[in-house]
Amino acid sequence: MKFLENVRKIPSTALLLLGLVAVFFLSLSIGSAPVPVLAGLFEWFTGQPGLNALVMGEIRLPRTLLALSVGAALGLSGAALQGLLRNPLADPSLTGASQGAALGAASVFYFALLPGLGVFAPLLAGLIGAGLTLLLTLWLAGSGRPALLLLAGLAVASISGAALAAVLNFAPNPCAMQELVFWLLGSVSQRGMAHLAFLLPALVVGFVLIWRQRQLLAALSLGEQVATSLGLDVQRGGRIIVLGAAILVGAAVATAGNIGFVGLIAPHLARPLAQNRPDRLLWPAAAIGATLVLLADIAVRLMPPGREIRLGVLTALIGTPLFIRLIWKMRREWL
Amino acid sequence: MALIDVQNLTLENRLDSVSLTMEPGEMLAVIGPNGAGKSSLLQSLAGLLPAEGDILLSGTPLRTLKPTDRARQIGFLPQFCDSAWALAVEEIVALGRLPWRDRDAEAIWQAMRETGIEGMAQKNINQLSGGEQARVWLARVLASTPRIILADEPVASLDLYYQAKIMDILRQHTNQGRGVILAIHDLALAARYCDRFCLLKHGRIHAFGLPETVLTEVALSDAFGVPIHVDLTHSPPIILPA
Repeated sequence: MKFLENVRKIPSTALLLLGLVAVFFLSLSIGSAPVPVLAGLFEWFTGQPGLNALVMGEIRLPRTLLALSVGAALGLSGAALQGLLRNPLADPSLTGASQGAALGAASVFYFALLPGLGVFAPLLAGLIGAGLTLLLTLWLAGSGRPALLLLAGLAVASISGAALAAVLNFAPNPCAMQELVFWLLGSVSQRGMAHLAFLLPALVVGFVLIWRQRQLLAALSLGEQVATSLGLDVQRGGRIIVLGAAILVGAAVATAGNIGFVGLIAPHLARPLAQNRPDRLLWPAAAIGATLVLLADIAVRLMPPGREIRLGVLTALIGTPLFIRLIWKMRREWL
Repeated sequence: MALIDVQNLTLENRLDSVSLTMEPGEMLAVIGPNGAGKSSLLQSLAGLLPAEGDILLSGTPLRTLKPTDRARQIGFLPQFCDSAWALAVEEIVALGRLPWRDRDAEAIWQAMRETGIEGMAQKNINQLSGGEQARVWLARVLASTPRIILADEPVASLDLYYQAKIMDILRQHTNQGRGVILAIHDLALAARYCDRFCLLKHGRIHAFGLPETVLTEVALSDAFGVPIHVDLTHSPPIILPA
């Protein structure tokens, strides 16, 4: 029976990975200069000098890998939080981590903090911001249930959002404000391997933390009482999942700004492929999140030059109708 | 040796020095008015509430067991069950194997056979009626092959057919030295199926023992605050407000 089950799972998982690989190479092939993808990659890997290697290694590969990692982080954290809170409308920003990360990074721009760290300054500040808001959320929720975490996260997200608005309000000059706003709108362009070196460990740590709690996610399908009676530590496990999600979201936002709706929509799209099981949703949601952000970034690059639309704006524009469709579907189920 | 031996179980404002025992093969009914502490008692035994006192499971103190070991021995069926996601019936039943960290196909199918839901294994839970769902929730508990099942009002809001069905399944579970403790409001149904009774009032034991000791007009009328007519000689037994 287990064998048959595994066979049944193969096509959707394989298609998902195939789609991701295809979009990955599509992303590598798109740009202002025509560069052969495989030749460019080969030249870059083998350290050969030349335009192909330069474009591929310095621009397209970091950008593609960054979009992929950011999407995977957002999709994974969304799947984990929806499973924890037993709510398909739960979004990673509900932990307050997105806003905390944005506030941390924006403060660096505003106060010119951590000048010695260069490009790492907003990244580190973003992660610290996400961590602090997470601690505040956990403290506010106390020893409460996951549902309380949602409310606490919402409160902390509001506070962080207000503080962020204050930072924007008192921006020292219009240029600083424009820089802040553009950064907040989300983008994976003009970033290098250094950003990736920051994001990938966070992705691994967040993934491992959440992956180890997949039994709890499965059990929580039937509620906290059942999960506890099955011998699982709901409180501790719930905090670990929130920590993992905050690391993922914090690192993603600190690297690429706000990229909305991916964390909400990716698990929703992945759910049919995982037979609705929250523990089996993690991989597919990460893969779909990565594909979505990659596709959105490709669309951004295909826009006419001079009128660049920011990645976060595009994902929000595409994600909102999907979100409305989700609400519509849920409304019909309740009638 | 008693399957479960509870001594002086106390939970602030809910339970006050509750002591009871259950032998292997028994079905114990916890009865009493609303707010008497029935659910609190079951939840304390399941490890969901931090009650003080001693609970021995076949002589082993419950507090010395790891949560997973406790979950392997004691299955808990809450009063209100639901699934956040539209899971297949088989997937829900398989969740009962979590304490064992396996997916024992035989145990899962045995639980579905016992509850008569094997024909709907691939159906989604939200496609089933309330009575069918009740059997799925019970199958999830059976799949973990516990020695004791704690069932909190398992027949509430079920029609007569499913009430009898669920009680039959629980009775069957007590074979081979296992036991069932259930909170129940239908006293006549409980009198038909259960071996011993624990009558609670304000978190304390009002009466405990065999049906003829506990299900008396005096004890029940006093506990529930209304005159109650009892006829245990009738088949099935009659217990109604007078």
